[in-house]
Amino acid sequence: MRKFEQCKGLVVPLDRANVDTDAIIPKQFLKSIKRSGFGQYLFDEWRYLDRGEPGMEASQRKINPDFVLNQPRYQGAEILIARDNFGCGSSREHAPWALQDYGLQVIIAPSFADIFFNNCFKIGLLPIVLDSNVVNKLIDEVVTTSGYRLFVDLAAQTVTTPGNEIYSFDIDPFRKYCLINGLDEIGLTLQHADKIKQFEERRRREQPWLFA
Amino acid sequence: MKTLYDKLWESHVVHAESDKPDSMVILYIDRHLVHEVTSPQAFEGLRLAGRKPWRVNSILAVADHNVPTTDRSSGIKDPTSRLQVETLDQNCEELGITEFRMNDQRQGIVHVIGPEQGATLPGMTVVCGDSHTSTHGAFACLAFGIGTSEVEHVLATQCLLAKKSKSMQILIEGKLGCGVTAKDIALAIVGEVGTAGGTGYAIEFAGSTIRALSMEGRMTLCNMAIEAGARAGMVAVDETTIEYLKGRPFAPKGVMWEQAVSYWRTLRSDEGAVFDRVVRLDAAQIKPQVTWGTSPEMVASIEGKVPDPALITDPVKRHDTENALKYMGLSPNTPIREIFLDKIFIGSCTNSRIEDLREAAVILKGKRIAPNIKLALVVPGSGLVKSQAEQEGIDRIFREAGFEWREPGCSMCLAMNDDRLMPGERCASTSNRNFEGRQGPGGRTHLVSPAMAAAAAVAGHFVDVRTMNE
Ligand code: SF4
Repeated sequence: MRKFEQCKGLVVPLDRANVDTDAIIPKQFLKSIKRSGFGQYLFDEWRYLDRGEPGMEASQRKINPDFVLNQPRYQGAEILIARDNFGCGSSREHAPWALQDYGLQVIIAPSFADIFFNNCFKIGLLPIVLDSNVVNKLIDEVVTTSGYRLFVDLAAQTVTTPGNEIYSFDIDPFRKYCLINGLDEIGLTLQHADKIKQFEERRRREQPWLFA
Repeated sequence: MKTLYDKLWESHVVHAESDKPDSMVILYIDRHLVHEVTSPQAFEGLRLAGRKPWRVNSILAVADHNVPTTDRSSGIKDPTSRLQVETLDQNCEELGITEFRMNDQRQGIVHVIGPEQGATLPGMTVVCGDSHTSTHGAFACLAFGIGTSEVEHVLATQCLLAKKSKSMQILIEGKLGCGVTAKDIALAIVGEVGTAGGTGYAIEFAGSTIRALSMEGRMTLCNMAIEAGARAGMVAVDETTIEYLKGRPFAPKGVMWEQAVSYWRTLRSDEGAVFDRVVRLDAAQIKPQVTWGTSPEMVASIEGKVPDPALITDPVKRHDTENALKYMGLSPNTPIREIFLDKIFIGSCTNSRIEDLREAAVILKGKRIAPNIKLALVVPGSGLVKSQAEQEGIDRIFREAGFEWREPGCSMCLAMNDDRLMPGERCASTSNRNFEGRQGPGGRTHLVSPAMAAAAAVAGHFVDVRTMNE
């Protein structure tokens, strides 16, 4: 997993609630058996005017100039800020893969869908929940200030604005530890392999039908 | 006093980081269902790390998302779809995983075949790289969708790292009106609590209305728990559950069956158990539901109208409603009954079981689809559902009404195969998501029950199924 410590990144606002994972990465791209290369198809139906198919070259496509990610001022954004219930719908991890592959490192929203939220931590993409009033304010600032950057410090659990306002966020301590150290969760769980075996043996005795 | 969710959770905790209620735990997984779309990268990760699956016979695999629903004798035409299905076949063969291949009669949508085979049993933890894994909770198991990294984690360790959710009870009492089904309850709930209302919760559906539902109906309801934001939905064990499981291929037999059943009967919330949130609904008030927008919470009853954004005060909500109406090509205040359709889709893990097909067939018997309907598709949830329906003569009713009778799979629920809407086409669909582009780029989806989809096919526009047979 990719390590995450700090990010001082350009912010792009996506002013919508309930952005679903079908919108983040449409299904035709899920046919890939690889883990990389999804960034060019991020938000495909909003970002381009032609219909995207796997393998298409981004440089050959008709871009939608109205879509926020295509505006010159947001090129190179590393932080995305959106509305409630970001990442709802399908469990596809291709959605966090696409966001990360595009170059984003942090997603800020007032709330996230559970599976998406969980998936982000597995790859080192940091989802941050901030109060909806704060999100409103930040979106206003982003829109009215060119080159708007936020500073995210995971160790301190803070988001700092260019005007030096500091907002704290919560994160599960175990998830924070894994992110800061870029740890492989499978390896961590396997440190408890003996416990898993004991549990399994007891289960096999008590509920043998589960192992038939 | 424990909730069903407490019981399921506690019986699977292998290790907890601390004794705080929200501590991260290692949770044991009994059943791992696998499909072709979310597994290739997990198998590859496993291989690259030199790891092997922890318990191969906990896994059941099937290809469902990419498979064609027309003639399969010449294989899959689309090379990328074919590669994905072949990759699953290879991974399963190499590792000795049980897989129902495309031409196996037991093949079907992963959430249909698990219960159908008795591979989903009460008291289990069930996971799959698919958000609609919540379906299996109908059998009083803890079932939820996971991402690909977690698929790899379960393959390697038979466990997941997880945190306990809060608990919500949705209590529904009373008798459903004639023509009102589990799908209408599901849509009404999503309309009531919102698509994020269940976020952070595991939902237990309870009450006399739920007790009266068949297993198919309970599966439809739990299937859509995720559309209310909850990763897991569940229903307690009762005679209906036990009756359904008896004799299924993977279900226990003989003495073990007796032993299992006596344990299963404990799988319900204790009298007086406390939930973090309780939502009550009166079954008699629920009318047939139709979604009008691009999120399942954008729903109205068949007697209702498309909303008017001008009357919405919350600016974010107004903006979302305007966007949705624009995408859906609908004007404010249009009566739902006056929405005309181009295509009809009966299928998906929400509504493709035998009972769903029977429900639609009752409406269609002796009738024809309206001339404005360009295509009406029925895609049974599994090969076994298909053959059961054929034995009952249901396929003939559909065919004579002008429907196409297809091979099992996800099909136009998400349009990863050739079944899809063209831009601007409008579809009455028994699936679970009406997101932009879900059934094809620019396609417009209205979610309904099988009975409502059948009624709309005959009329050419939405109609109140309760008045159909008068
Ligand atoms: S039928 Fe639809 S919702 Fe169900 S598993 Fe297939 S694609 Fe997902």
